[in-house]
Amino acid sequence: MNLVTLIAKRLLIGLGILLVVSLLVFVGTEILPGDVANAILGQGATPELLANVRERLGLNDPAYIRYFRWLAGMLTGDFGTSLVNGRPISEQLGERVYNTALLAGTTAAIAVPLAVCLGLICALKPNGLVDRMISTLSLTLISVPDFLVGIVLVSIFAVTLGWLPAIANLRPGADIATIARVLVLPVTALVFTVLAHMVRMTRTSILGVLASPATEMAILKGVPRTRILLVHALPNAIAPIINVIALNMAYLISGIVVIETMFNFSGLGRLAVQAVATRDIPVVQLTAMIFCTVYVLLNLLADIVSIAANPRLRYPK
Amino acid sequence: MSTAEPTGLRRLASELTPTAIVCLAVIALAAFIAIFAPVIAPYDEGTILTNESFASPGNGMLLGSDYLGRDIASRLGFGIRTTLSVALSISVIAFLIGSALGFFAAIMGGWTDTLVSRTIDALISFPAIMIALIVVSSLGSSFLVLIVTVAIIDSTRVFRVARALGMDIVVQDYIEAARVRGEGIWWIIWHELLPNALGPLAAEFGIRFTYAILFVSALSFLGLGVQPPHSDLGLMVKENMQGLLYGSFSPLYPALAIAMVTVSTNILVDWYLKSTGASLPEEL
Amino acid sequence: MVDSTILRVSDLNVAARAPDGSMLPIVSDISFAIEPGKVLALIGESGSGKTTISLAAMGYARPGCVITGGIVDLAGTDILSLDFPARRKLRGSDIAYVAQSAAASFNAALRLDLQVTETPIIKGLMSAAEAHDKAVSLYRQLDLPDPETIGQRYPHQVSGGQLQRLMAAMAMICDPKLLILDEPTTALDVTTQIEVLHAFKKLIRERGTSAIYVSHDLAVVAQIADHILVLKDGRMVEYADVEQIVHAPREAYTRELLAAAHILPKSIPAKKPAPLSARQHPLLKVDKVTAAFGRNAEFIALKDVSLELAEARTLGVIGESGSGKTTLGRVICGLKAPLRGQVTLDGQVLAPEIQQRDRDQLRSIQFAFQMAETALNPRHTVGKILGRPLQFYFNLSGAETARRVGELLELVEMPASYARRLPRELSGGQRQRVNLARALAAEPRVVICDEITSALDTIVAQAILQLLDDLQQRLKVAYVFISHDISTVAQISHDIAVMRNGAIVANGPTADILKPPHHEYTELLLSSVPEMRTDWLDDVTRSRGNGLKVAQ
Repeated sequence: MNLVTLIAKRLLIGLGILLVVSLLVFVGTEILPGDVANAILGQGATPELLANVRERLGLNDPAYIRYFRWLAGMLTGDFGTSLVNGRPISEQLGERVYNTALLAGTTAAIAVPLAVCLGLICALKPNGLVDRMISTLSLTLISVPDFLVGIVLVSIFAVTLGWLPAIANLRPGADIATIARVLVLPVTALVFTVLAHMVRMTRTSILGVLASPATEMAILKGVPRTRILLVHALPNAIAPIINVIALNMAYLISGIVVIETMFNFSGLGRLAVQAVATRDIPVVQLTAMIFCTVYVLLNLLADIVSIAANPRLRYPK
Repeated sequence: MSTAEPTGLRRLASELTPTAIVCLAVIALAAFIAIFAPVIAPYDEGTILTNESFASPGNGMLLGSDYLGRDIASRLGFGIRTTLSVALSISVIAFLIGSALGFFAAIMGGWTDTLVSRTIDALISFPAIMIALIVVSSLGSSFLVLIVTVAIIDSTRVFRVARALGMDIVVQDYIEAARVRGEGIWWIIWHELLPNALGPLAAEFGIRFTYAILFVSALSFLGLGVQPPHSDLGLMVKENMQGLLYGSFSPLYPALAIAMVTVSTNILVDWYLKSTGASLPEEL
Repeated sequence: MVDSTILRVSDLNVAARAPDGSMLPIVSDISFAIEPGKVLALIGESGSGKTTISLAAMGYARPGCVITGGIVDLAGTDILSLDFPARRKLRGSDIAYVAQSAAASFNAALRLDLQVTETPIIKGLMSAAEAHDKAVSLYRQLDLPDPETIGQRYPHQVSGGQLQRLMAAMAMICDPKLLILDEPTTALDVTTQIEVLHAFKKLIRERGTSAIYVSHDLAVVAQIADHILVLKDGRMVEYADVEQIVHAPREAYTRELLAAAHILPKSIPAKKPAPLSARQHPLLKVDKVTAAFGRNAEFIALKDVSLELAEARTLGVIGESGSGKTTLGRVICGLKAPLRGQVTLDGQVLAPEIQQRDRDQLRSIQFAFQMAETALNPRHTVGKILGRPLQFYFNLSGAETARRVGELLELVEMPASYARRLPRELSGGQRQRVNLARALAAEPRVVICDEITSALDTIVAQAILQLLDDLQQRLKVAYVFISHDISTVAQISHDIAVMRNGAIVANGPTADILKPPHHEYTELLLSSVPEMRTDWLDDVTRSRGNGLKVAQ
């Protein structure tokens, strides 16, 4: 099976997964005892009012029709109406998506290269002083709750020193300096969360490659250490490292939800949490879909890169 | 990934480093507090002692008061109790389901394995926090819902690890030797597979326990986990966040309590893996 | 006095770091010298330290090992006195290493050309174009196919034998003073081994390179070495030129090694045929079995295979990798269901899969595995390993089981106290004995031995073969002895079946199969087994001529 077929197959599977995800999201949110109508009208609703609202919202249609209506809406950009404030969801979506993308993007841009470099440094002299320090630090960081890092940062930089804001309020149209100032603490907290996992996994992957007989052969050929690392080890480490990065996006997502809530950041994560707290089902469905889709796509990308990086698959016998 | 060198408890004890001992002590302390909280806590978890929020330590309150005027130290004790028992329940359930399924899939191979693996894959394709959010949005966050939901999410991870462990073991000839004898599947899993997977599995249990604590605390922090007036460590952090702005370190105490237990467990697991020479398949 | 030697090693000592920090010597007081253009063979079983010594000649010690003393003089320079960057300079250009497994030693992500020409280019000894040309000429010298373009490929796109030769090209490209060959043909099929050996010999002779050839196979080494150094447990046993070692060895250990070597028996031992029983049918019968792998049965492993095995006799099944011999064993014991055909035991047709066979049928056919490390559960004591089949098949009580376990251990010549031990506390040979004991615990009629001696040192393997023979006479058990090594099979079997590509190409009593005229493939197999004389390889090369490329 050649490369193109493999990738195409993977893409199809990805689409299938997305479909299953949408189904599960829909089913998951609609198993509410008592239904949406109750949620909107509250306790004191009369039966006629309830029946009226149900009719209007199309809640009496069978489940699969409602599912397809919802799915079609998703795909065409009609995201429905928020139950909490009655406004179309797409209104607030833009700003939220932009903010979260900014937060996530900045974090990834800092954390990924940093993690790969630190992992490389650790793997170069395993069990040396630097390696042990970084490894211990990573082990500690992955064990602590996300909000702990946030709290410590806020305690030091916002409360005690007063250098940075404890609340991250990002208004649209703010200038770069303001954006930077607002984002520093949340991004730092997020970076710490994701970094630790990635460093550990990168280190393990690279060590694995360095321990292979092919590497010993290179040493016995007299190849200098830098060249072994960059020319011999790295191509074989790319696939595992990309996988590591993709896997860690899950931590990034959960980190985003916690950090946004903590810093009162106006992003998708906090929106999702608020929607759950207020039982705003359409918003819950939408934010869940967005996060899940991004996650599935990232994993898909990682899979495809792994396949492409494997010479056995690029050049079959 | 390798299976552990057979090692008795005595040999393990001889490998204890000072760090490992400290971690064991911390965990033992936490367990002690969790079990005996109702007996040793100075006050009940709901008792309001003062009108002053975020009072400094003193007046019989070891760590001061929280945002409602309750004794932080007592609530901390009860919080540890709640968080640890919830996390333990989750871990045990997740572990039993996950490993049974994982070993079963590894040994059966073929269609059975593919079917189970693909189903679990579909579940894993959701970021865990999203599943939790969705379920809580429909079913609320009672203890039962919390425990069952997180246990199911966690069991998918345990499944992956157990299956990977199982796959490594299943290709060994002694498993085939048992098959050739005519042994049944569950006999092979129990007698041949399990003893060789125990080491890494014990380590994995430790990691899952940590993860359960962190996840439940995160959910409580978001207001979607344990609900007031129960005291859960994550919930305590959420309740007392305002305190930071008033110069009170009250949210720090429960957060640090969580950290101490989770960090100690992880360091202990790391030490265990190093001294038995085992390793775990890639962490998810 | 000018020392004309290329390499002079004096009092070399290497130690390994034990888990508790102490140093355990693994190689002690080794001294030898190699003249220009000569080949020294390091011979020994596993644990003899031969690889350690060859690596130390490059100033390299594997992680966990330390060179604790001695002098390694390469044409005037003591490598051990140099610092790491200086040693690195010598590696690849002055001394080159050819590893045992080419498949593992080549980087799967890089093209072959890049890897072969890398050393001279980065050391500034040649330009890229010069290196490439030299590589192509080496490929030609090594009889590789398509020498102009083979370098463009990736390691997974060439065969094992070709990879081994490519590694030789990679080692020779800088015209090193000393070449170290670490068991370069061990991982290859016997027929491929010949070509590779021939290619190496040609290359070394033509370029006048000195070489260290590490091996456990005396017969192979006799073809290429000028001097032999016999090692045991890290110490020198005997050091002399090849003719003396082969024809007039002085030490007892050397004689043991010679006796255990994998060569064809000089005369076919007259195996007394066991008295034919009154039964009409043979004990085990394989009838036109076809088996395949893959979802649509694409990979045919067995094609219409038919065999017979009589009681208390040994049927040797010989074939190279991919011949289907292992699949045959698995089909017989029910681990793999055939597409067509059937297996009959004592007249009864056996169900194709284990789950469908009854306990008595399961008991009658037992399987002994090749790697004793993985065949025994590391967490079970010997007593538990042997006790389980006893309880499973015979429902013995605890006391009876213990007694019977003692008897079984005695049967395989091990002390009964070993029942309390774990597999990791046993040696390789002992583990294999437990492996056998477990098979015999069921009191089977047939034991399928799947390459059980292939992973063992030659002397230990001899002992196991002896044991098998004794057990057969005592217990009247029949064996299906599967192996790739024709010399072992010839020694132990009453009948031989030769397999190739899933089919049986020759079948009959041992004496008939080994006597000419042979089937073409049998001829190839037989002629590929080195004889214990130094001119054998040259003879074979001459007689085969261009036919040497037949098993590419």
